[in-house]
Parts: sequence; structure tokens; C-alpha cells
Amino acid sequence: MTVVTPVTFDAAPFLSFMPMSLVYAESGVILSIGPTLAKLRPAKELIGKHVAEVFTVRDNGRGQGNCPIPLDTKLYLKFRTGVNTRLKGMAASIPGTGVNILNLSFGISIVDAVADYRLTAGDFAHTDLAIELLYLVEAKSAVMEETKQLNARLQGAKVAAEEQAFTDTLTGLKNRRAMDHVLARMLRTQVPFALMHLDLDYFKSVNDTLGHAAGDTVLQEVARILLEETRNDDLVARVGGDEFILIYTRFTDKMRLLHTAERIISRLEVPVPYQETFCRIAGSVGITTTDYYKKPTADGMIHDADLALYSSKYEGRAQATLFDPEVHHEPPGDTGASAFP
Amino acid sequence: MHGMINRAIQCFMRDTYGEDIWEKVAEKADLGFDNFEAMLSYPDQITLDVLGRAARQLHKPVETFLEDLGTYLVSHPNVEAIRRLLRFGGENFTEFLFSLNELEGRARLALPDLEVPTLKVAHIEDGRFRLSCSSAMPGFGYAMVGVMRAMADDYGALVFLEHQGWMDSGEEIITINLLEASYTEGRSFELSERIGGEL
Repeated sequence: MTVVTPVTFDAAPFLSFMPMSLVYAESGVILSIGPTLAKLRPAKELIGKHVAEVFTVRDNGRGQGNCPIPLDTKLYLKFRTGVNTRLKGMAASIPGTGVNILNLSFGISIVDAVADYRLTAGDFAHTDLAIELLYLVEAKSAVMEETKQLNARLQGAKVAAEEQAFTDTLTGLKNRRAMDHVLARMLRTQVPFALMHLDLDYFKSVNDTLGHAAGDTVLQEVARILLEETRNDDLVARVGGDEFILIYTRFTDKMRLLHTAERIISRLEVPVPYQETFCRIAGSVGITTTDYYKKPTADGMIHDADLALYSSKYEGRAQATLFDPEVHHEPPGDTGASAFP
Repeated sequence: MHGMINRAIQCFMRDTYGEDIWEKVAEKADLGFDNFEAMLSYPDQITLDVLGRAARQLHKPVETFLEDLGTYLVSHPNVEAIRRLLRFGGENFTEFLFSLNELEGRARLALPDLEVPTLKVAHIEDGRFRLSCSSAMPGFGYAMVGVMRAMADDYGALVFLEHQGWMDSGEEIITINLLEASYTEGRSFELSERIGGEL
């Protein structure tokens, strides 16, 4: 068996082919290193050291034993000190020389490594795909950034469009469509709530005598009052020219509801200044709550709140009436509902 | 949680249990929208709500739901891209297992925003491995059990997997017993999608 001393082995061609490689004696002592590896750690820090001192080495459990590092298998390495760049590698023995060569590559750490060690195209072997990979990563990131911004714009536009579709533009309140939506959801999730139907009185005469601009001012003032008389979880919708529906979430106490409605009505009666004059309106309210029903439905509740509202109108307006099944569900003809025009 | 993950949960439910089951879950979780978008991000709580609702809707423990999700991700033709990306991990099941160590880094190269769980695979003794998994999503380890079981089938390996529960640190531990590396032929895989395709 011939043993060639390591000194006689000329590593230069190998190191120029594989600038990230190092040559080490079978004992594990590093003899020479490639030019790119020298950019990661100065040659004087590596040469003469044992490979296991410099790197932690892990393999998939298939490498040949009895060597400082397993040969002929995929290796995962990390520097023991400094920036702990992860490296991929493979080691092989060069027959007849008594030395081994360990070739290294960055694998997934390439993007960080290029920055950490200020590497340039010249640091990679001409056959290495590193530059193509970096190119792809950059191109992908640029496209991704554009896509991300586009997504954000589209998402913003979508939210705005949905918001618009659910909003009454004059008052900023929700519209009928939004109310249907919310009502359906609350019934589905069986949240107890009260439904209040408010109809403005004398609004038509404001419109007729002072014009639509006056009417608009009044509606905006009404909206302001209604928002003040509801909480964040509640809903105020303008469902017709001068009709509003208020939904009070988890609030079904009848006396307190009547009290709230009466307070709203009295606030509506405060004259609204418009130019040189004042607009005077009033409001009538009908109220129902989910407590009245075994299986509440949107149509049924809106209908019953309407019946109660008609009673309020019939009783002389500017009133609030609670739905009462005994009174309002009498056979037709006996109730205020049919009597009211 | 990244839209990709939420989207995957939605696709799993849609493809496995039907559109109407997904709609019910979306409604119960009170999402306020019908579909997750893969390229948007969502608060973590939404994902947890959807998982909880989905498991309840299907009368399954969340763990089982997640494991089935993992299996789906690898084996359903609608999400073939995921199986292909995982097969890039190696030529056999052992190499695949070790490639999980690099999954986080690889995913970051592709999608820097995607929060992939940190996976660590270690060899314990002959044919026995240990995977530790730490993730923002508790129970992700169960999804990994599903993924690994389906990948074992893909490679044709015979494995026995066991979720060992949680460590105090929140890490989940799974042990993998590789009983036979080539038990069946497995599914074919070509690096090029153009050549690939099933027999």
C-alpha cells in the first residue's frame, strides 16, 4: 500500500473548479481552502484546524464511518463560530493521495450568504446555478411585491364597494339591504334582539313647503339622533324615504325599550334649524322583540313592528307602541292595523 | 395566518365534505366572506375559529381533522403542487424526512410572509426518527402526522407514526418508525412536471 504524503498533492485545480471546497488530510486537518470559502472565513483561521473544530456536521445516517466526516453522502454543515451559515456538502477521498476533499454549497442559505459575505458572481463556479437562483428570487420578489400591492388595492376597493352597497348615501346609515343581511345573521345565530320601526310624521310637509334640501337636513339630523341612541353593536337603517329600522342587539327589556323609543321621539320633536326657519317633525314607533316568538322570522318581526307602528299612528302619532300578540293578531277588522289608512 | 394556510383548510373541506359543509362552517365562524384568498393575510384567531367550527360540524376531534387535512394536502389531485414540492425533498422517505429540516428555509425563499412551523428531524436509532414541530398554530403536529403518512405512501415506505403530545415549550413531538423503506412501489415522481404525471 502506498501512502502519498499530502504535501505532494496539488489542490489548485480542484479548488478553482470548486471555489467553496477544502482539502483535508485523512486525519481531518485542513490543508487548503478554495477562494470563495476564504471569503467566509480567513484561510489562517481554517488551515491547520480539524474540520470538526470548524464545522458541526450532520448526515442522513448513511455516510461511511471511521472518518472525521462521513464520505460520499449528503452533508449538512454549520460553522461553529461567527455567522452560522448553513452549508450543504459532500466529502470524498482522492485515491492514492491520502487526502480528502470536502465540497460545499449554500443551499437555501444562499440569499443571506450573498449579503453576509458580500459575494459576487465571480465567487461562484461557472457551472454553479447560484446566480440563476438569485436572479429567480429577485424576479419573484419583485413580482410578488407588485401582486401584494395589487391585492391590497383590490381588497380596499372591495371593502369600499361593499360598504357603499350597504350604506344610505344621504344619511350614512345602513340601507335596507344591509339590514336584511344583519337580521338574517342574527336570526341564524339566535341572538336575542329588539326591532324598532320608526316612521317620521310631518316629514312630507317639510319637503313640500321648504324643499328637498330642508328635508335632507332633517334626515341627517334624525340619523345623528338615532346613532346617538344606539350602541356600536346595534344597527340603524334607513329603509324608506322617512322610515327607519333600529335593531338593538341583546336588548329585549320591554319597559326600557319603550323608554328609549319615547326619548327618541321627544328628541325628534326638537325643531331643526334650516336657513332662516325651523323644520318641525315628529315620529311614531312600533317595537317587537325576539322574545315574542318561538321561531322568529325577519318578515314576521318586521310585519309585527309595523302593526305596532300603525297603532302608534292611530293613537295620534308621536307615540311608541310595543307589539302585543293579543291585540295585533286579532282577526282582521278589529285592529288598528286595518283602521289606519 | 397566511391566506395559503386558510385557503388550504377551505379547499380540504370543499373537496372532502362538499361546498355546503364549508359554507356552514364559514357562516358559523362568522367570517363575513365566502372564500379565503391565498394571497392575503388573516388574523390567527380566524383560523382557530374555523378549525374549531369545522371539527364540531364534522363531529371529529380537532386533532383528527388536522391529520386528515395533512393527508389531503399530499394526496388530493387538486393540491398536487404541494405533493410535488415535498417530493423535491429527496429520493426516498428518509431523505424526505431530513428535508423537513430545510422546509422553513425553502418556504421562506418562495414566500417570505408564510409562517411555516419550525420542524426538526433527528435520527434516534435504526429506523427511528423524532420530529419536533413548533408552530403558531397549536396542533400543527397532527397535520404533520397526516402529511408524513401520505408521503410515506407516496414513497412506498411502511411507517408507524405516533404523536407524543406537547412539550412544556409548546413543541409537539412525533416519533417515526420506518419499518420498510420500499414496501410498495409508491407513486412516480419526475422533477419536471412536463414529464411527470401518473402512469
